[in-house]
Amino acid sequence: MTEAVIETEGLTRRLAGEVTVTLVEDASLAVHPGEFVAIAGASGSGKSSLLYLLGLLDRPTSGRIWLQGDETSTLEEDALAGLRLGGVGFVFQFHFLLPEFSALENVMLPMQRLGRLTSPEVAARAAELLGSLGLTGEAKKLPRQLSGGQSQRVAIARALANDPLLILADEPTGNLDTAASANVQRILMDLARDYDRAVVVVTHDRDFAAAADHVIVMSDGRIRGE
Amino acid sequence: MIGLMPGIALKHLLARRRQSLVSLSGIVLGVAFFLAVSSLMQGSENDFIRRLVDNSPHITIQDEFRNPRLQPVEELYSSGAIEVRRVKPLTETRGIRSYPQILEGLRTQPALRASPVLAGQALVSFAGKDIAVSLNGMIPAEVNDVSTIQNYMIAGSVDALTANPDGIILGDALARKLSLALGENVTVTAPTGEVHTFKILGLFHTGRADYDNTQTFADLKRVQALLKRLNRANTIIMKLDDPHQAHALADGIERRFGYKSVSWQEANEDLMSTLTTRNIIMYTVVSAVLIVAAFGIYNVISTVVLEKQRDIAILKSMGFRARDIRRIFLIQGVLLGFAGSALGLPFGAGLMLGLMQIRLKFPGSSDPVPLPIDWNWPQFAIATAFAMGAALCAGLLPARKAASLHPVDILRGAQ
Repeated sequence: MTEAVIETEGLTRRLAGEVTVTLVEDASLAVHPGEFVAIAGASGSGKSSLLYLLGLLDRPTSGRIWLQGDETSTLEEDALAGLRLGGVGFVFQFHFLLPEFSALENVMLPMQRLGRLTSPEVAARAAELLGSLGLTGEAKKLPRQLSGGQSQRVAIARALANDPLLILADEPTGNLDTAASANVQRILMDLARDYDRAVVVVTHDRDFAAAADHVIVMSDGRIRGE
Repeated sequence: MIGLMPGIALKHLLARRRQSLVSLSGIVLGVAFFLAVSSLMQGSENDFIRRLVDNSPHITIQDEFRNPRLQPVEELYSSGAIEVRRVKPLTETRGIRSYPQILEGLRTQPALRASPVLAGQALVSFAGKDIAVSLNGMIPAEVNDVSTIQNYMIAGSVDALTANPDGIILGDALARKLSLALGENVTVTAPTGEVHTFKILGLFHTGRADYDNTQTFADLKRVQALLKRLNRANTIIMKLDDPHQAHALADGIERRFGYKSVSWQEANEDLMSTLTTRNIIMYTVVSAVLIVAAFGIYNVISTVVLEKQRDIAILKSMGFRARDIRRIFLIQGVLLGFAGSALGLPFGAGLMLGLMQIRLKFPGSSDPVPLPIDWNWPQFAIATAFAMGAALCAGLLPARKAASLHPVDILRGAQ
């Protein structure tokens, strides 16, 4: 089997305080290229916390994470940011597009920060990504001029901008109507199946979870079953 | 093309146009007032120093020594523990010995003009009135090289002394006190008892009452005879092409000739230190204007940081580093400071032009003169530097706060 895009071992995250809160406990998993994994569970079960750990946005209290074979536990914040920039794409429940930037500019941002492409190349790729998600006519529009479904597709285009192997989505359809939700679901699944990306989605939607290659069920911060 | 971080910073500011404009106005006004006030203060200081430099010798050699002369035994045993008590200096005729040779030595230096002066006390008498004055014996042909007294002549001229060595030049205030006029004769009595009658060949008015009441000028030879100090001068005064070289040059002259040599800077040390104090006060006051304006910038950037917490979290999740976020908000401060300076400088220049329209009549000037304004580039550079510094400092705290935000905390809250 190919090397896992992301792999964890005994991942635990606790919040220190008067009463220590355990968000994630002893989570071990591996996601390979082309896999579509859903994380399901009740509210407060630790789904999003696990996703933030997988995306290197949060640091585990204990346990280890390998991203494309590289151990990340000992890396500095800047190095983690570098890994996120080129290796991880995030999609959130609320699209979280930057409101002052057009759809095209939002998609261009990660590429501009990475600096691998020239400005015309960045603009061309951003337009191509938007086009592939059916947003050719919306490129110049500001987020407030887009519908919820359109905004979420722009957010997906932004997540794909630097061609990451790992896509992490936190309730990407939670704020969309049925049609838009189905569209976003199809796009994410296509990314795994047609483009060999590792896609991890946190969802409450049972149908969405049922369509995944693997479902990780969480409860009280622990993985209860797959 | 604008860079990524400046682009984001600019978008943030443009999204809050009204608040950005208000804080920008603060910087514009701050820079303008800073520039106007500091250029006025600097202009008046320059004017004051120019008058000081113009109206006083750049270097004066006096007929005294800075330190008591070493006794022969001290010279012989320079490293010995010697204490010589009750030394009584030799009684000698005051004055600079061999002053013509010293002058010859000085005149070998380029860009330096020197002339001897014998100054002493005398009594000017007319119509039963006696007034004590300082009588300055000078070489008339050299006066204009080392003194600006000619600029203050209101009647007659210094050159007239060359044609008539029995002439004298007085201040107009002294002439008024004695009811004297140009062309009249006046009796001058020296402490030696010698009496000489001089013809008034010129009257000057400097505006300094003490000077106009007490200073008189006559031919050196006549004054030497009157004071019974033939071939003596007690001062050598010098003017330099570059007055700022006076301090260093005076040291060299003193080492070379032994006599106390005083530069204009040393002679006016108290005034110069007063000017320094005045500058500190001035810069403190005008900086306060910019500091207040900086609070406006701080307020705007802090608000942007507060409002943009979610965007900061998104940028960090994309892979922007903490220092990228810090840069975005620091750039906002810099942009406001830069725009404030760019608009404030022409506004300040306008204020400076306005101040120049104000004309005041200063003592010593016959006509009202405009307020002295310093138009040199350092004033503009200092105002810009202060504005940029204040704006940068104002952006620093919110920028650091933004950089330290933990994206997960914000993302959890946002959902």
